[in-house]
Amino acid sequence: MKKTLILTTALVSFAFAANADVTVMSWGGAYGAAQNEAHVKPWAAATGNATIMVDSDNPAPAIKAMVEAGNVTVDVASVEYADAIRLCDEGVLEPIDINSLPAAPDGTPASEDFLAGAVTECGVSTDIWSNVFAYDTSKFPEGPTTAADFFDLEKFPGKRGLKKGAKAVLEFALLADGVPAAEVYALLDTPEGVDRAFAKLDTIKSDVVWWEAGSQAPQLLADGEVAMTTAYNGRIFAAAMDEGKPFQIVWDGQVYENEMYVVPKGAPNMDLAMEFIRYATSTEGLRAQAQYISYGPARKSSFAEPIIFKDGKTVMAPHLPTAPENLGNALETSAEFWVDHDAELNERFQSWLAQ
Amino acid sequence: MADAAEPLLTTADGRPLRAALTAAQSRAKRRAFLLVLPLLLFVLLTFLVPIIYMLMRSAEHDGFAASAPALVEWFGANPGFDPANPPEAAYAALVQDLARMQVEKTTGMAGTRINYSVPGTISLFKKGAREAADLTPPYKEALLAVDADWGKPALWRGMLSASDVYTPEFYLVASDMKLTDDGWARGQDNERIYLYLFGKTFLISALITVICLLLAFPVAHLLATLPMSKSALLMILVLLPFWTSLLVRTTAWIVLLQEQGVVNNLLVSVGLIDDDGRLSMMYNMTGTIVAMTHVLLPFMILPLYSVMRVIPPSYARAARSLGATSWTTFRRVYLPQTLPGIAAGSLLVFILAVGYYITPALVGGADGQLISNLISFHMTKSNWSLAAAIAAMLLAAILLLYWVYDRLIGIDRLKFG
Repeated sequence: MKKTLILTTALVSFAFAANADVTVMSWGGAYGAAQNEAHVKPWAAATGNATIMVDSDNPAPAIKAMVEAGNVTVDVASVEYADAIRLCDEGVLEPIDINSLPAAPDGTPASEDFLAGAVTECGVSTDIWSNVFAYDTSKFPEGPTTAADFFDLEKFPGKRGLKKGAKAVLEFALLADGVPAAEVYALLDTPEGVDRAFAKLDTIKSDVVWWEAGSQAPQLLADGEVAMTTAYNGRIFAAAMDEGKPFQIVWDGQVYENEMYVVPKGAPNMDLAMEFIRYATSTEGLRAQAQYISYGPARKSSFAEPIIFKDGKTVMAPHLPTAPENLGNALETSAEFWVDHDAELNERFQSWLAQ
Repeated sequence: MADAAEPLLTTADGRPLRAALTAAQSRAKRRAFLLVLPLLLFVLLTFLVPIIYMLMRSAEHDGFAASAPALVEWFGANPGFDPANPPEAAYAALVQDLARMQVEKTTGMAGTRINYSVPGTISLFKKGAREAADLTPPYKEALLAVDADWGKPALWRGMLSASDVYTPEFYLVASDMKLTDDGWARGQDNERIYLYLFGKTFLISALITVICLLLAFPVAHLLATLPMSKSALLMILVLLPFWTSLLVRTTAWIVLLQEQGVVNNLLVSVGLIDDDGRLSMMYNMTGTIVAMTHVLLPFMILPLYSVMRVIPPSYARAARSLGATSWTTFRRVYLPQTLPGIAAGSLLVFILAVGYYITPALVGGADGQLISNLISFHMTKSNWSLAAAIAAMLLAAILLLYWVYDRLIGIDRLKFG
């Protein structure tokens, strides 16, 4: 009898979980935690809808596989900008109407409140994050200040950490080589531009430690394995704030992009998913996330009042990729370019690595 | 004993014994089959079906064929057209299809499919589809005015090839071929990567197998010959790492071998090397080989141990008593008897090493990549067909190896433990 009871309880709760929960899929780590604290928990508390967050190494291929298999268990996913566009083109995502998104508190409609490109056919920006480089201030008191310094082994000796992949690395190399941000993608679209980027990387190739997972970059820096490394800016910020590491971010040559909330086709709780996105990408929702991680909101109205970090004292503005003083020599990732050239340039990149 | 006169043996309830036995036996067989059935279904569903699906995926893609019916029909009627200069009718069919894609929202599917062999076409298709409805004849000039890339011979070759749902294209790409204006050709030197990585993967795997064998043989011998109480303790030392998570073991090697790591610090403090001369043992090929050898070692030790344990020591003693030196005894008597274990361990380690992916990704650095890292790259970048084609080539290579192994040593001599 007791056994039957346990069994039925388990079954009922399973059925309940399968039917009623809104499931949000994100990247885990400090990033997933920020979205969980800022969006998932408050929304569940405010609306009474059971909501859970699940982690994935990369939600984009996961939801594509679900849609293709016809077994979608995720309602909302957080994916990279280029993936939001590509999956939308491939018919994997549900379109989102920009006019359905909430207006700013002062009444500005969402279409004018969001920064350019932050809302696409199938996705809404949850934040703007950036590829930056960082160094250890205890190693270089008079630290590097420009992207060119990253490639200057004489002035700043020591190993370099770089992301193992073509995206953001080739752009960074061209920016460091003195190409103006506005011309980077036009140049990278030509064989000469690609050659030039690889030639720049050649100058430090033998001193590079390549990293793959986002958490590796601050780890390499903390271990003293590298003198400076490229990284996702939020990871460096987290290491500096939470663990007190003497890390300094150099914003010159940063390559930033939007991260997008999307809804896979056939999501089990479609209406609730849309409601969740409206809540999470409202002025307050975007502000709330920036209190947990140093990725910038994509709404102008979110900056109306200063955003304070969860420690209660640090003002976030100077730590965000979108701060005016950080945008001096900055490049926004071109999703269109990478949708077209990702495979091609990565083959070239892997081949270059192996030489 | 009246029963002895009975010509037919019967059971207690009077049925003929033979029939009763047959019935009981077939019942037992049915029951046995029912017991195996879940496993059979499980293997079928989780192993065979996905592999068949993967193989189909590597040669089949309807992204373009399904969304461009007019052009597919035109290609069917004019298979011998000149890709360098397609006629107006071809452009008319293309514009018609582009307009249709815009309405049906299949531009992405079609563009993605062509992009696999002709980079840069996803945005080309999007732009073309947006304008298609407003274009007027002559379509050739109109479309070329939208973007001159529409006249590229390579693009027309790509569309012709993609108009068939079944295609060898992914295998060609996985063999470092590129679609050029004149058809498929070997890619440029700085773009070739797949065949090189295949070769490298097999070489590294073979090297790791040999190192594992050299390290495992003495350990297994010790395990097999020590008294039970001591060998059990030693066995735990072998099995403990085997039970530890792969990621933990890989990370442990990073901690040990990196430039600021335990081993280097020790060498510096002892004075064997100075602070500027720290050894690079991590994030390169050395790191990959060390970490993978350690992770795969138990798979060599266990089959060797199981074979060595049952080799009677009297054989070696007999050889010695007949005058053989210890080397001859080892070579002529002991080693041949361990062959099934060596073969099983080597096959196991080699096949596992060929498919390895997390360890090289974490500790490999620039030159430590293996072919499985590229499969994972294409999986995450939504080119599943290419990933499937590379995986299928890997599978074929391993099956070939298995066949060679069967011819040389015989699969029935395999002993896993």
